[in-house]
Amino acid sequence: MPMTWLILMLAAIATVGYQMGRARALKSAGGDRRDLHSLPVYYGANVAMWSIVPAAAVLIVWILAQPLFINARVLETLPDTVTSEDSSIGLVMSDVRRVAHGLDTAVEQGAMTRAEAAAMDTQTSDIRARLGEVGVALGSSVSPEVLRGAQLYRTLNAASSILRTVIVLIIALGGAAYAYSKSTANFRARNTVERGVLALLIAAASVAILTTIGILFALLFNTVEFFKLYPAADFFFGTKWAPSFSGRGGASDLGVLPLLWGTFYISLIALLVAVPIGLFSAIYLSEYAGPKVRSVAKPLIEILAGIPTIVYGLFALLTVGPLLVSMFGKETLGWMQGGTAVMTAGLVMGIMLIPFVSSLSDDIINAVPQALRDGSYGLGATKSETIRQVILPAALPGIVGAILLAASRAIGETMIVVLGAGAAARLSLNPFEAMTTITAKIVSQLTGDADFASPEALVAFALGMTLFVLTLGLNVFALYIVRKYREQYD
Amino acid sequence: MTDTGMTPAADVANKKSSLSVLDARTRKRHAAETRFRMYGMTAIAVGLLFLVFLFASILRSGLPAFTQTVLEIEFTLTQEEFDTAESKMLKTGEYQKIFARALTEQLNASGLDVDFDKKAIKRIVGKPGGTIRRFFLENPDRIGSSVAFELAASSRVDGYFNGRVTRDSLVDSRFLMASDLDLVDALEKAGIVKSAFNWNFITGTDSGVDNPGGAGLGASVIGSFFMMLVVLFLALPIGVAASIYLEEFAPKNRWTDLIEVNISNLAAVPSIVFGILGLAVFIQFAGLPQSAPLVGGLVLTLMTLPTIIISTRAALAAVPPSIRDAALGLGASKMQSVFHHVLPLAMPGILTGTIIGLAQALGETAPLLLIGMVGYVAREYPEGVVSGFTDANSAMPAQIYTWASRADPGFYEKAWGGIIILLLFLITMNAIAVILRRRFERRW
Repeated sequence: MPMTWLILMLAAIATVGYQMGRARALKSAGGDRRDLHSLPVYYGANVAMWSIVPAAAVLIVWILAQPLFINARVLETLPDTVTSEDSSIGLVMSDVRRVAHGLDTAVEQGAMTRAEAAAMDTQTSDIRARLGEVGVALGSSVSPEVLRGAQLYRTLNAASSILRTVIVLIIALGGAAYAYSKSTANFRARNTVERGVLALLIAAASVAILTTIGILFALLFNTVEFFKLYPAADFFFGTKWAPSFSGRGGASDLGVLPLLWGTFYISLIALLVAVPIGLFSAIYLSEYAGPKVRSVAKPLIEILAGIPTIVYGLFALLTVGPLLVSMFGKETLGWMQGGTAVMTAGLVMGIMLIPFVSSLSDDIINAVPQALRDGSYGLGATKSETIRQVILPAALPGIVGAILLAASRAIGETMIVVLGAGAAARLSLNPFEAMTTITAKIVSQLTGDADFASPEALVAFALGMTLFVLTLGLNVFALYIVRKYREQYD
Repeated sequence: MTDTGMTPAADVANKKSSLSVLDARTRKRHAAETRFRMYGMTAIAVGLLFLVFLFASILRSGLPAFTQTVLEIEFTLTQEEFDTAESKMLKTGEYQKIFARALTEQLNASGLDVDFDKKAIKRIVGKPGGTIRRFFLENPDRIGSSVAFELAASSRVDGYFNGRVTRDSLVDSRFLMASDLDLVDALEKAGIVKSAFNWNFITGTDSGVDNPGGAGLGASVIGSFFMMLVVLFLALPIGVAASIYLEEFAPKNRWTDLIEVNISNLAAVPSIVFGILGLAVFIQFAGLPQSAPLVGGLVLTLMTLPTIIISTRAALAAVPPSIRDAALGLGASKMQSVFHHVLPLAMPGILTGTIIGLAQALGETAPLLLIGMVGYVAREYPEGVVSGFTDANSAMPAQIYTWASRADPGFYEKAWGGIIILLLFLITMNAIAVILRRRFERRW
């Protein structure tokens, strides 16, 4: 593992630099630390920082750039016939990588020498069989172009790794030497180190932005790819969802409407369960219940929010589904064909959402000032009249916000619908029929064996984009409502 | 008012109503009040009922996964028998016969006389010959002495003992016949068949799609453990650093606003979208291995960061400004005041938030589906620490999902059992968080 060694060496340079920088600063002050500008540790830390940070930055950029660069170089050498024969360049490149990896494994295990691997030829030896011996299975026999590409890939990779190690070590040593030379009594080491630490803190805070950029990049890039292969109008307004997985381009119907309908229908049922129960629980807990009941009931209900969604999914599939079938199935009313249905998923999702609605509403109701209640009681209103006519109107924006947040959770929920809602996409009003949602289809399109370049797999990214925009929109809208209509009491 | 003026007024009042007798309108209002109160109580009751129902069904369906029906049989294999069996063409078949003979002897010894054929044995314990042969090949010194074998019964027999399969519901098939149940009953009476605690379920690895009895959660527990290590070592430092910056240093500007908006939005992004991110960026773009705990850990880190940042910021904000002022007054720099004084005081709150974030990450399934943890059958434990991060493995929730989507209903029981183990982990983590908060959190 040369990478591990490189990191260990960086750490060693930093440790030695720390000690040396500290010693040099102390020495320049004649051994009296009171004559130093900063505490001795800061001089050491400064050297360590200078040796690690620039080197690590170069290393990270290198690791990110190396595959891009090598891919481009290898692609150049491949003749156009190879890349145009197969529909996608990515497929050829993954072949090249697989062969290169196989050669690496073979050399590692001693099945062939390094020179042999570099000089191999498709005419003289059967690559597929030889790699099969060392346990690397290839899907098809290797063409001479791919083999040459793989050999070039290996040489470039090896050269790049050596160059990387050398350059990173030089930068680390250079940084250490520079900081070491500055470690004198008058050097403001603390300020430098603190500036460095602040930069690290800012970098950590920016991870959130990077994540968002990553999500947008992943979704947008692949969505655009998808719309190149499949017309956008058919996706947004198509009423039929029937992907074919045989790789026949254009044979699939990928209309999003049935999925959107399933998503909204299930979310609606979930909200019909969660909102009344959650809201009345919140009202009871904040207005009627004594401290004892409250201290028991509130955490118990909030347990429902801490249970992983896979548990709810299994609960829907194996408990609620069969139960509903026994109530509405063929033998009694004949409404329900199988255990997986909109009702099953919606009911279970409603249970999951109860604590979201109840604890958010609870906070909001508690935030309504006592003076409003007292005023209402003073006019002779009963408790329920006060709640209905004074407190709820005052808390309404917050409660609507809470419901919107719950709705956004419901739309984005995956496991319950994957296990409980069924797989058939249809536009129907019957809640006892199986339907499917955006999230469930993202899972099924991306966990199949489909090629990533096919519209059947890429559609998942378009669905993800739809989901992302929907939930983000709901969240922003919820915040907007809360901010715009909130009553300020202070 | 005077007394004289009261009399006519009281008369009027008497005619209309009295304070002690409620008029219709007041009664209506009071009834509405009671009704409203009842709605609230019903809502709470329904919520709690769901909770009880959920846990009852988890326990009822999941506990049988922890027991395994075994056949315990003791017999002596002589050197002679061993040699004869090894010289035959169908070696395991010979051992099967030896096993059947031993079974008959043991049944007769307990005074029961039941007829059975080879096929019934096969339906009840599969093919024990192979297991027996492997044992004696590995331990040749045990030949000639008495050896007790514990053989796992097939999943249908297991179901019969757990009540999943009854005589009425059983349809004769090549898996189990109604007549076999007589044999099973006899074996139970003879003390040969019994229920034993299924350690293999907790420590073992996943089995193939046709063997629910041998499926274990152990490998995926290790997979989850490595994932949680990644989350802990990435999300805690990054989360704390980000919170320190936002809470203590950040100037009010656009960049800070952008970060804050991003964090609150990320907290609301559906988890499946993080799975898409992991698939596209970590696996397709960066070329990290599929199904690896490292990738799962990275995805879950990004997912947990907002939770950790929000709770860490609350903990930092709870430290009173007087602490900072005192440190600054004694000549500490801003950075020193934060790292030497504020951060240690906020530590219990930060740890509590981190543990709760980890518990959330531990139960998260949807992103793991997309990075390939579901198609993978975790048959092996990772070999070492590095391969623990990079080799394909499953994780607890992914394993549960895998079991739930297999065709054999024997796996459903395993899935419920897996949920019990997962919930035990979560309850432990949350309990630690609560204890930390009770024990160390200071109120200023």
